[in-house]
Amino acid sequence: MSFITTLIGTVAFAVLAPIVGCLLAGLDRIISARMQGRVGPPLLQPYYDVRKLIAKDDVTVSGVDGVYMTAALVFTAFAGGIFFSGGNLLMSAFVITMAALFFIMAAYSSRSPYSELGAGRETLQVMSYEPMVLLMAVCFYMAAGSFNVRDVFGLPAPVIFATLPAFIGFLFILTIKLRKSPFDLSTSHHAHQELVRGTTTEMSGKTLAKVEVMHWCENVLFLGWTALFFLWGGPASLVLGVVVALAAWFFEILIDNNFARVKWQFMLRSAWVMALVCGGINIVVLMVA
Amino acid sequence: MGYASKSPWVIHYDASSCNGCDIEVLAALCPGYDVERFGIINTGNPKHADIFLVTGSVNERNISVVKQIYDQMVEPKVVVACGICACTGGIFHDCYNVIGGVDKAIPVDVYAPGCAVRPEAIIDAVVQALGILEEKSKALAEKKKGA
Repeated sequence: MSFITTLIGTVAFAVLAPIVGCLLAGLDRIISARMQGRVGPPLLQPYYDVRKLIAKDDVTVSGVDGVYMTAALVFTAFAGGIFFSGGNLLMSAFVITMAALFFIMAAYSSRSPYSELGAGRETLQVMSYEPMVLLMAVCFYMAAGSFNVRDVFGLPAPVIFATLPAFIGFLFILTIKLRKSPFDLSTSHHAHQELVRGTTTEMSGKTLAKVEVMHWCENVLFLGWTALFFLWGGPASLVLGVVVALAAWFFEILIDNNFARVKWQFMLRSAWVMALVCGGINIVVLMVA
Repeated sequence: MGYASKSPWVIHYDASSCNGCDIEVLAALCPGYDVERFGIINTGNPKHADIFLVTGSVNERNISVVKQIYDQMVEPKVVVACGICACTGGIFHDCYNVIGGVDKAIPVDVYAPGCAVRPEAIIDAVVQALGILEEKSKALAEKKKGA
């Protein structure tokens, strides 16, 4: 039963998440442009970009980066399927880390110095956000009494009342997970000159299109995690969840446009301090209460 | 209209320009002209780019760089020579080290003269380049089908 639900969820996520993610990415570019006093591209620009990339000639340095990216896409869909079919939050977090690892492998496989630098930085980003993701899941478990996402609808109140510090810590590392400035160290969407594009330097055509689609799916999943804190009672609370997720998205765009990139030392240190302080305090409070 | 011309990503290389044309190229991306309205992005990576904007003339030192960037770009691709130096060598044409315009190194599709080239002229040239990009894209699709 659970396996079939997850499978259906995975297929549904693989179809719907790219559509939602694409629209979110288009909205991101329009909002960013407005913040900079520009008009910005059409809403469907990310879709046009990906269609163009698919039509480009097939050129690859290593021959395996496309395979790694396909694996990353599959694991992203699987992580989304587990989460949105009401499955285990912790499992979803582990599976999406597998997707991140395949992305890193894809970058390493080209042996290009830029790409390797990007892959190294992507590894540092994983190191930075992973403790907080795990503590967030633990706090969720302690507040909701279960790792299962579907169980939130049986709660008398949303878990945010018991997990506010963990949520703040999660919002902090969300910027790293979404690869937004000031934490867009491995690959930046606004890379014009410096260090070229990090992880995606050697990727082109279909492989790069897969990276874009993976980002869309990831964004939808992470915003789903954000919304999870605000769900309770019945499915009607989903409205509040969507509103909170969109507010978090806008907040991330605002940060993206207002902060310069930081060094990896600061990213690692601040993310771990946030994890220990926010996650640690929250766990202690939940254990005592 | 195909997708190739809806999302033209640009790479800009300053051959031996005086920086006049480079400033105008970047000005086209600023709020006044905002070419991202047409999906144009300055990528800084030849493997991601569709349009190669070259400013300045080609000389003995940079001819290999221009050729290498062109070779790294993935088909379909077009080249726009921005400014009179990139078109013919301009006022530097008889310098001892200058070979000439960009077409001495790589095939150029569109020439945008001017000293410095105006952002309007760059946008016009890129729009013209989009038509050529579209044709090349169709030819590539045919070739892929045939293969």
